[in-house]
Amino acid sequence: METVVVGVDNSDVSTRAVEFAVERAKHNNWKVVLVHVIPWTPYSFTTPSENEHRHRERQREIEAATEQILAPMSEIAEKGGVPHEELVHHGKPSETILDIAGDHGAIHIIVGRTGDSGLREAIFGSVASRLVQHAKVPVTVVP
Amino acid sequence: MNPVDWFNSASEWITTTVFYSVEIAGATLPLIVVWLVIAGAFFTVWLGFMQVRGPKLAIDLVRGKYSDPDDAGEVSHFQALATAVSGTVGLGNIAGVAIAISLGGPGATFWMILAGLLGMATKMAECMMGVKYRREHADGTVSGGPMYYLRDGLAERGMGGLGKVLAVFFAIFMIGGAVGGGNMFQSNQATAQIVAVTGGEGSFLADNSWIVGLVFAAAAGAVIIGGIKSIARVTEKIVPFMAVLYITACIIVLLANFTAIPEAIGNIFTGAFTPEGVVGGAIGALIVGFQRAAFSNEAGLGSASVAHSAVKTREPATEGFVAMLEPFIDTVVICTMTALTIIITGAYLNPDATELGGVALTSDAFETVLPWFPNVLALAVVLFAFSTMISWSYYGMKATGYLFGDNVVAENVFKVIFLIFTVIGSAAALGPVIDFSDSMIFLMSIPNLIGLYIMAKVVRSVITSYYDRVQSGEVKQVADHY
Repeated sequence: METVVVGVDNSDVSTRAVEFAVERAKHNNWKVVLVHVIPWTPYSFTTPSENEHRHRERQREIEAATEQILAPMSEIAEKGGVPHEELVHHGKPSETILDIAGDHGAIHIIVGRTGDSGLREAIFGSVASRLVQHAKVPVTVVP
Repeated sequence: MNPVDWFNSASEWITTTVFYSVEIAGATLPLIVVWLVIAGAFFTVWLGFMQVRGPKLAIDLVRGKYSDPDDAGEVSHFQALATAVSGTVGLGNIAGVAIAISLGGPGATFWMILAGLLGMATKMAECMMGVKYRREHADGTVSGGPMYYLRDGLAERGMGGLGKVLAVFFAIFMIGGAVGGGNMFQSNQATAQIVAVTGGEGSFLADNSWIVGLVFAAAAGAVIIGGIKSIARVTEKIVPFMAVLYITACIIVLLANFTAIPEAIGNIFTGAFTPEGVVGGAIGALIVGFQRAAFSNEAGLGSASVAHSAVKTREPATEGFVAMLEPFIDTVVICTMTALTIIITGAYLNPDATELGGVALTSDAFETVLPWFPNVLALAVVLFAFSTMISWSYYGMKATGYLFGDNVVAENVFKVIFLIFTVIGSAAALGPVIDFSDSMIFLMSIPNLIGLYIMAKVVRSVITSYYDRVQSGEVKQVADHY
């Protein structure tokens, strides 16, 4: 069974991307891997007490993302009756999605056009455009 | 007796005890400085000159080349290093260096750099041990530092009693160091800067410097008592920016005088061995150089071990390598930049240098080329001072937590005392503040280094075994995924 990776966040466009992916997955017999990346960089500056609590904080971030973001998306896949897997990872969103797609031998990457942070994208470019530039497999950008 | 007088007389008593000195060639040599230098030299040889063999591995570790991708989101080597550096880089790099050169001449720079290079080995040892013996609590938080390796490391060697005693003394001295060098000295020098830019002696604040102290205490209190993270976060983000700005300004001053650079470097070398007009000659230059380097990079004191122990790693040795970069950044790079700037502009030749005190001297040096820079420097000093205060309040709190079993009341009492000393620091004269800060900070090195000597075999086996496994290819770099 071939695998497709879908990058998700808590935006409406992300919901449409998952619906689009699940629809195609039904016809093509794909497995859907739903990925949410929590933006994080190893090169940020932190305080000593933030560092002390970082491990617990990371755990909380993962739990929150699983419950609030991935759970509703996974429901769409469940209803569509396609095999699915959910992943939460910290990192730079575009790079992490590409890494995960590589690890899973994905044949296709599907994302929404805009993420949930409009201003940052206006300055640094969107995750979708980075994926389109760097991916080694076809990328579908859902409007 | 008012609190400032009381402090001054207490400081004098502590200082004479800690800085018990012997006379050598007319210069006074405090034995505590010898203690730190011997430790640096010992660990340099004992670990087989890791300062020379290890930097490439250290940089690769900071760049995440050995980090497990599944640990994304945990405290990275870079973050642990940056946090430790922001507690270390502070007034020692600006004011301390100026004091060293005004007392010991340009030659003090040479000894300062040497002390920085030796300090890399001590720092490596203490930070590795901090990670090796850290405590991971049930809720996922981490506590580490000399208290833990002294207690648990020595207990493993059947010296549990000694370990407990050393750990308690260390914790007490770290509280003193937090209040002194990590707080009073910072608040004192930052206040001096604010007074200077608001009009010097004529400034309203000159006679009411406690007001500045009060503002500092309020801001620090908002962070450490009020838990207002945003202030701390903003500081953490501005400080690296200010550090880059500071180094850039140094480079501009050096470039403006580039024809004088060879002579300045020449002065550093000749001054190191045959200084003119320095009390105690070469030994005098050596003593101030070593003393200021130790105060600035904190190697051997054990403080940074607390900050480094929060890193996520399975190999304690990795943080040892990363921590080694800290004295390099602090002393060999930043202190040397300040020193060159002061020497090249001749600011240290000012006959009133000793009275002017640390920051003012550095400020004068910048003013010769960048007339507007003293204002930026004042801002940099205030921010460096503030971030150092936040770091040290954390160290002091961890020490209090260790002594009183994480008792919340005790930690709050510490915080209040800390803030009271912030205000006293702003009002007291520079001399007694420097003496008290130095004494408390240097005292930490006594229990810390005794413990590290006893456990020297563990230090060496952990570090060399990791280094050998990297060299043999057994420990591999993580494939660059994407």
